[in-house]
Amino acid sequence: MTDISMPFYTNHSALTDFFEFHHLMEKNQIVMTYAGEFSQSLTKTLLSFTEKKFSMEDVEDIVRRKIFNIMVELLQNISKNALDNGPESTEHSPVFMIGESKDCFLLISSNKISNEHIPPLQKRLDQVNSLDTEGLRQLYKQVRMNASFSKVGGAGIGIIDMARKSNHTIDYHFLPVDDHASMFSIQIKISKN
Amino acid sequence: MNVISIPATEDTPKISLDPENNIFEFSGRSLPEDVVSFYQPVLEWLDELEANPIDNMEIAFKLEYFNTASSKLILDILLKLNDIYLNDNPMKIKWYFMEMDVDLEEAGEEYSELIEMPFELVAY
Repeated sequence: MTDISMPFYTNHSALTDFFEFHHLMEKNQIVMTYAGEFSQSLTKTLLSFTEKKFSMEDVEDIVRRKIFNIMVELLQNISKNALDNGPESTEHSPVFMIGESKDCFLLISSNKISNEHIPPLQKRLDQVNSLDTEGLRQLYKQVRMNASFSKVGGAGIGIIDMARKSNHTIDYHFLPVDDHASMFSIQIKISKN
Repeated sequence: MNVISIPATEDTPKISLDPENNIFEFSGRSLPEDVVSFYQPVLEWLDELEANPIDNMEIAFKLEYFNTASSKLILDILLKLNDIYLNDNPMKIKWYFMEMDVDLEEAGEEYSELIEMPFELVAY
C-alpha cells in the first residue's frame, strides 16, 4: 500500500490529492463512492452497478439483497430530502459509500439537512437502536399503518426497515454546517454471514 | 371492467389486472420515486371492482423487491381488496417469495396478519 508520507514525484497538486484520496479509500476499504447530484435515474444506475459488481464477486445472494434494499432507502432518502445548495455550490454535496471489511459491508451516506429535522430523526434513530427484532417488527407495522404519503420516506419507516434488515445498531452523526443546517451521516452494517 | 396491463421497468413492477383472462398479478420490483402516481390506476381499478366484484379472484404477488414507500401502497391495495372480500366476495391472495428470502417471506406474513381474507405464502 502507498505510504502517503512519501513525497510524490509530481508537480501537480490535484494529482497528489488524488493519490491521497485513493490511499484513504484503500486504507478504509471503500469499494465504491459517489458524491454529487442524486436523482432517481442516478439511483437506478448505482443500483445496477452495485448488483453487477457484487454478483461477480461471489457475495451471498441474501447479503446482496440486503445491500440492495438498504441502498434504495439511503439513496432515495438523499434524492428526496437533501437540502439543495444551489447549482453553483459543490460544498457539502451528498455522498454515498460502500465499505467492506473481513466480516461485513458498511453502507454510508451523508447529506445536508435542515436543523429542524434533527430532533425527530435522532429520536427515531435512538428508538430503533434500543429495540430488539420483535420490537422493530411491531414498530414497523404500526408506523406503516399510520403513515401518510407526505411522510413516507421521511424520518420514519425507511430507518426502521434498514434497522430490521441490518440486525446491527445504526451509527449516525450530525455535523453543524451553519446556524440552519447540518451534515447528517449514517452508517448501516450488514454481516457477511 | 377495464384491463390494466403495465409492463415492468427497471424500477416498477409488471401489473396485470385482466378480468377477461382471469389474471391478477403484480410481479418484479417496485421502487418508483413517486409511488402514489404509479399506483393510482390500480387504486382506481379497485374502486371499480368494488362496484362490479368478480367471483373467486386469485391475486398473485410475485414481487422480488419493494421499497418502503411501495410497501405502504401494497398495504393499501390489500386493505382495499380485504374490504371487497368482507363484502361477501370470496377471493384469495397468493404471496410468492424466493425460498432463501426470509425478508420477503416475513413481509408476506406481516401483511397476512393485517387482513382477514385467505392468504397463501408460496415458496419457489
